[in-house]
Amino acid sequence: MNAPQPAPETLLDERDREIIQATQKGMPLAVEPYRVLAQQLAMPEAELKERLQRMKDSGAIRRIAAIPQHYALGIRANGMSVWDVDDRLVDELGKQVGELSFVSHSYRRPRHRPHWPYNLFAMVHGRNREEVEAQVAEIEKLLGDACRSHDILYSSRLLKKTGLRLRG
Amino acid sequence: MTRGSPRVQPFNPEKREYDAFEQALLNDWQHDLPLVERPFAVMAEKLGVSEDTVIEALQALQEEGVISRVGATIKPGSVGAGTLAAMSVPEQDLERVAALVSARPEVNHNYEREHEFNLWFVATAPDEQHLAEALAVMEQETGYPLLDLRLMYDYHLDLGFDIQWSQNATKS
Repeated sequence: MNAPQPAPETLLDERDREIIQATQKGMPLAVEPYRVLAQQLAMPEAELKERLQRMKDSGAIRRIAAIPQHYALGIRANGMSVWDVDDRLVDELGKQVGELSFVSHSYRRPRHRPHWPYNLFAMVHGRNREEVEAQVAEIEKLLGDACRSHDILYSSRLLKKTGLRLRG
Repeated sequence: MTRGSPRVQPFNPEKREYDAFEQALLNDWQHDLPLVERPFAVMAEKLGVSEDTVIEALQALQEEGVISRVGATIKPGSVGAGTLAAMSVPEQDLERVAALVSARPEVNHNYEREHEFNLWFVATAPDEQHLAEALAVMEQETGYPLLDLRLMYDYHLDLGFDIQWSQNATKS
C-alpha cells in the first residue's frame, strides 16, 4: 500500500516534469533511446538517466514499459467494480485485491452518501462480461462479510482519451 | 499511434496471432525497460533474439495499435493534482454534457458507463486550486453536480497487467 501522496512540488522540479511528459508520449524506439530522448529534451544523457532513476526510486515513475492497448488484444469488457467495504478492514483487503493478477488498478476513494456508498474501486478486464463477472465473484469471495454491497460499471463508450497533461 | 502510414495493413485483432516472442514482449516486458545505454539489447539477450528484432517488433506492435507506446507509468498524485469525477446525466442531455466535459483541457479520460452515474472522467491540473476551479466550472457549465472521488490510497503494486492469452503458445 502506498502512503498518502507526498507534496509533489517538493519531489519533482520543472525538468522532471518535462521528462515525465516526454516519456508519457513514448520512448523513442531507437538503439539508444535515452540518448535520443536526452537530445529531444536538450539535456545531458547522464542527467536524464539520473533523474529517471531518482523518480523510479521515489516511486513517482513506476516503470518504463510497453503499454498494451487492451481493446486491440481482444479485451473488450472493461469493468469498474466498486465495493462498500468496512472502513476498518478496507486497507488490508484493498491491498489483497490489488494483488490479484486480473486487477489492473485498486484504489480507495471517498464515499458520497447517500448517492455513492462505495469506497473501494478495482478495475477488471476480460474478453467478455462473463469473464469480468467471474473475476468480480473472486473479489466478492475475498472480501466476504466485510463487504456490504457492490456493483460493476461497464464502460459503454470512450468519449475522450489523451495523455497526461501537466499544464492546464 | 502512427496514423496513415502506408506500411500499416488493415488490422484485425481477432485474427491476429501473437507468436511466443511477441507474447513475451507484450507480457513479460510490460514490467520494465532497464535504464542502461542499450535497453533493447538487454531485452533481446533475455529473449534470445537480436536487438533489431526487438525494436522492429515494438515498432510494428505500436503501429498496429497493440501497444499504445513504450513509456512511463506515473504514480497517481506524483505530478500535480487529479481526481476521478462522476456525473449522473439524463440520457437526452448526455451528448451536450459529454462534449462540454471533453472540451476541458484538464480532462484526459472521459467514459460513458452503464449506471445511474453514467459519465466518468479523470481531471488533472498543475495544482489543487486549478483543479478545484476546473471542477467548479464544469458543474456550472453543465448544470449537474459531480462526485469528486479523490484518490485516498493506491493499493496496486502495478507490476504490469497479466494478459490471458487465448492460445497457449509456449513462451521462449
